[in-house]
Amino acid sequence: MTWWLVAWLSLGAYGFKVLGFVVVGGRRLPEPVTRCLLLIPAALLAALVVKDAATTGQQLVLDERMLGLGVAAVAAWRRLPLIAVVVLAAGATAALRAATG
Amino acid sequence: MRRIGPDVRRVLAASLTLSAATGVFALSFGVLAVGAGASVLQACVLSLATFTGASQMSAMSVVAAGGGLGAALGGSLLLAARNGVYGLVLAPRFGGRLPLRLVAAQFVIDETTAMMTAQRDRRLATIAFWSTAIALFTCWNLGTLAGALIGGAIDPHRWGLDVAFTAAFVAMLAPHLATRQGRRAAVLGAAICLALVPFAPVGVPVLAAGAAIFTGLSTPPAEPAS
Repeated sequence: MTWWLVAWLSLGAYGFKVLGFVVVGGRRLPEPVTRCLLLIPAALLAALVVKDAATTGQQLVLDERMLGLGVAAVAAWRRLPLIAVVVLAAGATAALRAATG
Repeated sequence: MRRIGPDVRRVLAASLTLSAATGVFALSFGVLAVGAGASVLQACVLSLATFTGASQMSAMSVVAAGGGLGAALGGSLLLAARNGVYGLVLAPRFGGRLPLRLVAAQFVIDETTAMMTAQRDRRLATIAFWSTAIALFTCWNLGTLAGALIGGAIDPHRWGLDVAFTAAFVAMLAPHLATRQGRRAAVLGAAICLALVPFAPVGVPVLAAGAAIFTGLSTPPAEPAS
C-alpha cells in the first residue's frame, strides 16, 4: 500500500475537521446543505456494506459472506455492541467456510 | 482543590466505557489494515493522524478489493467530511484560543460530538469533550497497534475477517436508519453502488453512491410530533 494514501487521507481528514470547527466555526450553513451533508454516512456506509458483502472486484458474487451480513444485521438491529456484531458475523462466516470446506 | 462531583464522575465513566469499546474495534481495524496490505507502521500512522474510524475502514476496504489511490481516497474523504459538520455544531460550545482549537479539531469525531452535545452545561461539555478525546485517542491507537501486530500472524479469510469490514459498516450504519431520510439515502446509495460495480473501476461505485445525499434536498425538515 502506498504512503500517499496515508498522507492524503490524514491531511484531508484534518482539513475537514479544521474547516468546520475553526474556519467556519459557529456560522450557519444553509439548511438544505447541512441536511445533505448529514446523509453522507447513510449513503456511503450502505454502499460499503453491499460492496463488501456481494462483490469481488467487478463481479457480483453471492457466497458465505451473505451469512455474515445476515448475522451482522440481526446483531446490529438488536443493538449489540459493535465488537459483538463484528465477532458474531466473522465467526458465522468462518464456521460456514470450515463446514463447507 | 474542587471535589469531583457526581456529574463529572458520570461523564468520565461514560467516556472511559466508550473508549474501551472503541479500542476493541481498533483491534479489528489493525488486523484488517494489515490484511489489506498496509504495514504495521502505516496502520498506526493512519490511526494517529487520520483518526476517524469509518474513513480509515473505508480506505482499507477499497485497497483490499484492489482499488486505486483515487478511489480509496474519494469515498474516505467524503466520509471524513461529516466531521466538518460536527465541527459546526461543536464550535459555538467550545471556547479557547486558536492554537487550542487547532489541536482540539483533530478530536472532532462521532464520539466526542455525541458526548459533548449530551451535556447540559458548558463546563461539563468541555470535560466530556476532552476526557473522551484523550481516552479514545489512547485506546484507538493502542488497539490499532495490537491488531496490526496480530494481523500478520493469521489468515483473514479463514477467520471470516473479510466479513468484519461488512459487519462493522452494518453496525455503524444502523443508527442512520432511524430516520426516513437516512433510510432513503442508504437504499439509494446501495443501489447506485451495486448497479455500477460491473462497469466502473473498483472503488468508484462507493464514491458514486455519495450522490444519494442529494435526496436531502427534497426533504423538508421533519415536523416534531405534537
